Amino acid sequence: MKVLTLNFLTCAVKTCKSSSDSFPLHPKDAELASDDVEVNPQLLVNLLPRIDWNALRTTSTELGFPQLPEQPPTAEELGADEKVLKDLHSLLIETQIMEGKLVCGHCGHEYAIREGIANFLLPSHLV
Amino acid sequence: MATPSTTPSALPSLSAADDVAKLTAPSAVTETGTAPPAAEADADAYERTHVHGVYEAIAPHFSATRYKPWPAVAAFLHAQPPGAVGLDVGCGNGKYLGVNRDVFMVGSDRSPSLIAHARTRTKQLQTQVVAAGGAGRDGGGVAVGTDVLVADGLVLPFRERAADFAICVAVIHHMSTRTRRQDAIRQLLRCVKTGEAGRTGGRGQVLVYVWALEQGTSRRGWEEGGEQDLLVPWVLKSRQKQQKQQRGTKNQGGGAPEEPGAAPSHPDPVFQRYYHLYRKGELEEDVLAAGGAVVASGYERDNWWVVAANEPVHQGEQ
Ligand SMILES: [Zn+2]
Repeated sequence: MKVLTLNFLTCAVKTCKSSSDSFPLHPKDAELASDDVEVNPQLLVNLLPRIDWNALRTTSTELGFPQLPEQPPTAEELGADEKVLKDLHSLLIETQIMEGKLVCGHCGHEYAIREGIANFLLPSHLV
Repeated sequence: MATPSTTPSALPSLSAADDVAKLTAPSAVTETGTAPPAAEADADAYERTHVHGVYEAIAPHFSATRYKPWPAVAAFLHAQPPGAVGLDVGCGNGKYLGVNRDVFMVGSDRSPSLIAHARTRTKQLQTQVVAAGGAGRDGGGVAVGTDVLVADGLVLPFRERAADFAICVAVIHHMSTRTRRQDAIRQLLRCVKTGEAGRTGGRGQVLVYVWALEQGTSRRGWEEGGEQDLLVPWVLKSRQKQQKQQRGTKNQGGGAPEEPGAAPSHPDPVFQRYYHLYRKGELEEDVLAAGGAVVASGYERDNWWVVAANEPVHQGEQ
């Protein structure tokens, strides 16, 4: 699962949806891999305003990557600085969580990730 | 017409049944049975047997027969702007992921086996450079923006109001009560943007595609006024049966159904999938009941479709 995807996920438990603690989910025992993917600058530039930057900073730190700046780069900065673009591409698109868990900060439920696929099916008592 | 059983261990023996949902060729006349809508409390268990368990078991076969996107769905995807974030709820083998290579799409499905197929597929797309002009209306390049996960359509894990669009193709007709079908649309609407001022992107759109009751040109013989709740057989040909046994399918959703084909008297296992065939106007009614607005709707090749959105947020409202 991509780091980018994690930015659009929350706990599946209905009573967690209204809690700010259910987003972002927290990776635990994460085993990472990196895919080699061609950069799509247009996609990245347009994607950036749709990303919850604070949540991405949290995720990035929890996965052991260097702290991201407080503010997201602007479209101009992305266009002018290839390194900023590449770093963002590498974090969002290329980095994969292959094994591990995603933990909800509100209810504590742990969702398993196996072979790169997160499973959000809930046991019946949580539905 | 055979009287269907709701227990897979006592299926009627069906002969000429085939994949009736096949897109590319007119399907054979099939023996289908009527299925009484399940009681609300039993609906989950019923769908586990007649939907989730079936897809888990037929995943390799199903995946091999599903690769052509519906034209109206492809057109909807191509109309999304670069960088848009989209969801494909009930994505199956992921045939719509990567149709538009300039958007980011996350596919989800209830079937872990189908999602495993989808992941293999998206990984291939990611490394496969398509020459400009060779991929249809987009300019080629690689499909970097796809990911897949396992989730139930009624219990989605997506951040609310965050997606620019969502598609849900050939999924909601598998839900066995009207309450559940409307709830599924409600869940989709919760995932997409409301179009508030100051947020990137406009009001999010949800494309829903379901099988129609009115299939006048089809050889299935379904028409206006007919039975809407059916069990439609899927025959698993022996070649696929072998693959399936090697894989050892397992339903993580809580108990796979007994496989009717395991008995030696049935060389080709038959699985009964539940369908609710939508009558004209019913899909729009369900969108309104789910609190949504109908942006557009229509009929394409034996299916009803609707583009739905959240009710516009008016100024001054909280
Ligand atoms: Zn939770």
